[in-house]
Amino acid sequence: MSKIPEHLLYTEEHEYVNKADADDSVEIGITDYAQGELGDVVYVDLPAAGTKFAQMEPFGTIEAVKAVSELYCPVAGEVVEVNAALEADPSLINKDPYGAGWMIRLRVKNPAELERLLGPNDYATHIGQ
Amino acid sequence: MKRPRNPTPPFPLQPEPTGLIFERSRAGRAGTAVPRPLVARPATDVLPAAALRAEPPRLPEVPESEVMRHYVELSLKNHHVDRALYPLGSCTMKYNPKVNEDMARLPGFGLLHPMSPDGEIQGALRLMHTLGKWLTEIAGMDAITLEPAAGAQGEMTGIFLIHAYHVSRGEERRKVVIIPDSAHGTNPATAALAGLTVRSLKSDARGQMDLAALMAALGPDTAAVMLTNPNTLGRFETDVVEIARLVHEAGALLYMDGANMNALIGVARPGDFGVDVMHYNLHKTFSTPHGGGGPGSGPVAVKRPLEPFLPVPIIVREGERYRRVWDRPKSIGKMHGFLGNFGMHVRAYTYISMLGREGLRATAEAAVLNANYLAARIEARYPLPYGRGMHECVASGTPFKQSGVRTSDIAKRLLDYGFHAPTIYFPLIVPEALMIEPTETATKDELDRFADALLEIAEEAEQNPELVTAAPHTTPVRRLDEAAAARNPNLRYAFDD
Ligand SMILES: Cc1ncc(COP(=O)(O)O)c(C=O)c1O
Repeated sequence: MSKIPEHLLYTEEHEYVNKADADDSVEIGITDYAQGELGDVVYVDLPAAGTKFAQMEPFGTIEAVKAVSELYCPVAGEVVEVNAALEADPSLINKDPYGAGWMIRLRVKNPAELERLLGPNDYATHIGQ
Repeated sequence: MKRPRNPTPPFPLQPEPTGLIFERSRAGRAGTAVPRPLVARPATDVLPAAALRAEPPRLPEVPESEVMRHYVELSLKNHHVDRALYPLGSCTMKYNPKVNEDMARLPGFGLLHPMSPDGEIQGALRLMHTLGKWLTEIAGMDAITLEPAAGAQGEMTGIFLIHAYHVSRGEERRKVVIIPDSAHGTNPATAALAGLTVRSLKSDARGQMDLAALMAALGPDTAAVMLTNPNTLGRFETDVVEIARLVHEAGALLYMDGANMNALIGVARPGDFGVDVMHYNLHKTFSTPHGGGGPGSGPVAVKRPLEPFLPVPIIVREGERYRRVWDRPKSIGKMHGFLGNFGMHVRAYTYISMLGREGLRATAEAAVLNANYLAARIEARYPLPYGRGMHECVASGTPFKQSGVRTSDIAKRLLDYGFHAPTIYFPLIVPEALMIEPTETATKDELDRFADALLEIAEEAEQNPELVTAAPHTTPVRRLDEAAAARNPNLRYAFDD
């Protein structure tokens, strides 16, 4: 069983959004299910801080032993911080996808878009769990 | 004759891994006597300082016999098309007839200098001109370049051509390339590298391009749609004529990734179903070697309106003479040195000459028949989420997940049975994918042996999953740490001192 924390929002493409902090920025990464399907991550290509993305625009790529996949930006916004630790140790994504394996912090442009993301139950259904 | 190939513990002794050539080196040993230079001047007199080494390179010191034994030993441990089935989906690993090699090594071809003037290489120019004509005809297109060095570079060339075409019409704004999610990774990589933007399209339930999604995605910013046909599920895009109509109506062009032409040669022509630009992979469809066997070749065929943009030089025929033409002001320039990988052109020319029109068609028919025969033999245990297709079949290993066996384990277990594994985990839209392309050069006996192996592995996965998850058991090296190798590649020999 993959972990699907209650307090996060999800996309059908297996990214999560963590809006734990009170300000208008959110943390984005890939789900436990996604890291399990991908297998050992060997490289992630992330954007520079300051880059802007539209909703569901690819913001980077992730390379695992099995395949290379695109990462989709769950909501529109501007990257304010990138998890630099992933460059040296991409396996953090496998070990702790919701914690040390976070990818980017994004300033959300339009908070209404957050409401259209999947909740934990919908995401569980989506992955057949 | 069926060899017992089902090692159960204790496993048979594994052959030792072969060391590197450096490990055979002994100071002072040599294979050849280097001739004395004709000009008795030290290199320091002749070469600029920047070109001089401070220390001699550390080359392995081994006699010829040891060099030969080292590489023959490696070749025995390697899996290759001359040994057994190599059913990598999307790669068309067919047996390469040896007559191709004989022709490529004829001194009049093999020893040509690429800077020779036209008058001295009439035979080579004629061969390339004729091969170009044949490939143009097989594709149903109007013109061709043989320059690109592989499929991916062919794609790049094609996208440059399309961009140049739009720019020439004052439509530089066309910057989006629409690509289905079943496409080979080189398609989006090509578009991105060419400076264009990729728009990915979800495939529909049939595993084909979704027409409604295509219509929604097409617009005044669309440069091209990249379609693979048959697609990477091995399925023919039955709506291709309608797709071409929609693409053209939107003012865009239709690019076809022709990596899967082995299913179509002599049967259907992309030009007839509306394709504007396509690449071939001579190293797939036309039996020139892959990868380590030699450089590739990815000719790009186009419809008339794109001809002015083709890379230079082009080869033109004037009566009985052939000449290279550089004066092409609209050309996108050069994509490769000289005329591309000429040795591959000789091999492909030979292959087409040996088969002829009917032979090429029979090739495609047998390739499709073989893949479907294999699919029929395995589908009870390995479901085909999108059904049977043409020259390859994409099966899924999901039924074995419950016993902890994944597709990568099945792939490794196949090595114990003496086969190369198929392509796995691609295309991404099939979970636990096994993408199998036997090609027309597999006999029915070999197809049966391969199907038997897969069915036996299915049995093992249920009865004795550890046997599969610990595979391979009989190869010189067992489970490699692929993640560590990718994260920290170690590609240099570490000398003792
Ligand atoms: C469908 C498809 N397109 C393009 C390519 C790229 O061809 P190449 O490896 O010659 O660059 C491949 C290679 O496997 C392929 O399967």
